[in-house]
Amino acid sequence: MGGARQAGLAFVLSALASLGLAVVYVTGGQAQLEGVLLGIGLGGLAVGLIAWAKHLMPTGPFVQARKVTLRQPEELEEVEESLDQSAATVGRRRFLGRLLAVSLGAFGIAAVFPIRSLGTRPGRALFHTSWRKGSRAVTDAGQPIRPTDLPVDGVLTVFPEGAVGTEDSQTLLIRLPAGDYRPLPGREGWAPGDVVAFSKICTHAGCPVGLYRADSKELYCPCHQSVFEVLDGARPAAGPATMPLPQLPLDVDGDGYLVARSDYTEPVGPGFWNRGHA
Amino acid sequence: MLKKLAAWIDDRLGAAAFAEEALNKVFPDHWAFLLGEIAMYCFVVLLATGVFLTFFFDASAAKTVYSGHYAPLNGSQVSSAYSSVMHLSFDIRMGLVIRQIHHWAAVVFIAAIVAHLCRIFFTSAFRRPREINWLLGMTLMILSIFNGFTGYSLPDDLLSGVGLRIAYSIAISIPFIGPWMAFLVFGGTFGSPQIIGRLFIIHVLLIPAAIAGILGAHLAIVWRQKHTQFLIPGAAENNVVGERLWPTYATKSVALFFGVAAVLSFLGGLVQINPVWLYGPYATAQVSSPAQPDWYLGWLEGALRLFPAWQFTIFGLEIPNVFLPAVVLPGITFGLLYAWPFIEAWRTGDYAPHHILDRPRDRPVHTALGMATLTFYAVLLFGGLNDLVAKWFQLPVEAVTWTLRTLGIVLPILVGWLTYRLMVALRTDASERARHARAEPALGVAGAAGAGSGAARWGLAGFVAAGALGAWRLLRRRRGE
Repeated sequence: MGGARQAGLAFVLSALASLGLAVVYVTGGQAQLEGVLLGIGLGGLAVGLIAWAKHLMPTGPFVQARKVTLRQPEELEEVEESLDQSAATVGRRRFLGRLLAVSLGAFGIAAVFPIRSLGTRPGRALFHTSWRKGSRAVTDAGQPIRPTDLPVDGVLTVFPEGAVGTEDSQTLLIRLPAGDYRPLPGREGWAPGDVVAFSKICTHAGCPVGLYRADSKELYCPCHQSVFEVLDGARPAAGPATMPLPQLPLDVDGDGYLVARSDYTEPVGPGFWNRGHA
Repeated sequence: MLKKLAAWIDDRLGAAAFAEEALNKVFPDHWAFLLGEIAMYCFVVLLATGVFLTFFFDASAAKTVYSGHYAPLNGSQVSSAYSSVMHLSFDIRMGLVIRQIHHWAAVVFIAAIVAHLCRIFFTSAFRRPREINWLLGMTLMILSIFNGFTGYSLPDDLLSGVGLRIAYSIAISIPFIGPWMAFLVFGGTFGSPQIIGRLFIIHVLLIPAAIAGILGAHLAIVWRQKHTQFLIPGAAENNVVGERLWPTYATKSVALFFGVAAVLSFLGGLVQINPVWLYGPYATAQVSSPAQPDWYLGWLEGALRLFPAWQFTIFGLEIPNVFLPAVVLPGITFGLLYAWPFIEAWRTGDYAPHHILDRPRDRPVHTALGMATLTFYAVLLFGGLNDLVAKWFQLPVEAVTWTLRTLGIVLPILVGWLTYRLMVALRTDASERARHARAEPALGVAGAAGAGSGAARWGLAGFVAAGALGAWRLLRRRRGE
């Protein structure tokens, strides 16, 4: 008797909540209330049904026989016999069978080709970016930059003019305090006005290296916590990254704006198997 | 009326014999057997809520200007995908609650699958004749994890956009075929606009259809083989003891569906999940911090963070750093999981059919291996939180990373050993108890229980105390600086 009352109450509560949900919906909706009323509506059904099953239905325990193994030896023998028979008749047509295999194989290969349409050929796409000799560095609003536009220790994300927003060209400008910049061998003159430029794509897993700590001159990747030493050619100092951030050679054009001397001299971003064969 | 309908159906399908068998089919009753059912009902909720979402989601990367009820983003350039998610969250009645129920259902779905996997593993339910269902179940888990990822990548927000970028980087790290694979999946270099449309069709059609099909086979096999059972009174290898499908078991199962849906509704209504308006739209060169994936990918994220900065070059062939933690490790993980029933049968020489479940204590080595493995992945999960752990404990990230690297090696061994001792103690305890019960009832039971598990309990307490002491000392040293 207790079970029936419990179940009945739960069903009534559920129905009331469902009505409430309808009212909330009609009067404009409210996410929290909707969730709670849905929960009560469904939960009431759950509680009611459990009470019903527990108190008012046969609960056993019932025992049913089970075959320890489902094996069917006689039937299996018959199957094997049929297979043998068909193998004997089909097997005689060995040449035809081979031709069938060839045609199926050829069709299989042909059927794979449409997959090729899904993407462009990698080719050299991973080896270069949109930066070219003379590309002006512009903000995502398209504004060109003079070295002095940046405050000392300031950072700015730039793209090559005409290719704003291209993923692989995102570059970080950092204006170092005068005299701090010590170029690596072969990179002399890459930092006009003490402004250096590094690829913003982490060489570990490709996240934008978003944080710059001016006090320690470190770039920090918020995804997997790789740290790059800006004064040492953005060498990885901590975290999982193994390669430095590539440096973009900078120059200043006739109007005093920052431009690239060339594309990056090595592939940007995370590694891939033939990265070394630039 | 009902009788007439039954006769009509039977006349056409001859289904009466099957219906009779089905209605009287006996199912063993144990709470742990419900974990798989919970996962299945989460899937039902996912389908129902997901269909609703598809009516409003626009799987397009085309740029548009957001205007809607969320004022802070009004007027900003976003993709149509992001805009449609904002629209369905803020302007469609019940849109937000259904979207949040959907996301919560995915989170609970995979949690239930993993719990179900643990139940199967620790009770050795995967042994002959259930290897096929183990393989199907493993495939369901992988598909579900993958579909979780494709799902939360759809809104094109800043958090998931960076997650996609990491997935692309992992893909190109695979030797020889990596760049090709990545270009085929993403339609070119990262940033090509096709990816959202592709993820969408994968997320709403390909994988759900595969899950539905494999789930059907999974259930049909359970039906055919009949469910395993614990060694309760009356149970034997050649029978099933429990409740009949009709009416009791079916009613309880339907009640479980409503219960699961109720919990998901409360969560969806009251606990905010994936607030894409706080992350903002995806934008090149931007990143949100801290950035964690959904929990079921946390171990992979942790592996990426904890794996040392190693990189190999073999004959000019570069093996990028991410290849080992993000491709090889999951390969080993899932490969071993798939092969486990066969490895274990081979190691133990036990090829006999089993329908009675073992308890974890019955097989200490097996249980210890399972616990050690779980511990390893739990440490990886914490690795995915290393920046947050560092913030909570006011430690440098580097120290947290090194601690977790060490724990990743030490803890599994420790937990495995401790589990082994505990299981052996419990087993001796149980067999002693049985012996004593025969000799001198009542008093002997209490005495043996105290002696047997006492040692194990002290061991556990000591372990916890040592851990707490270590953590406290670490914290104090940091504050002293």
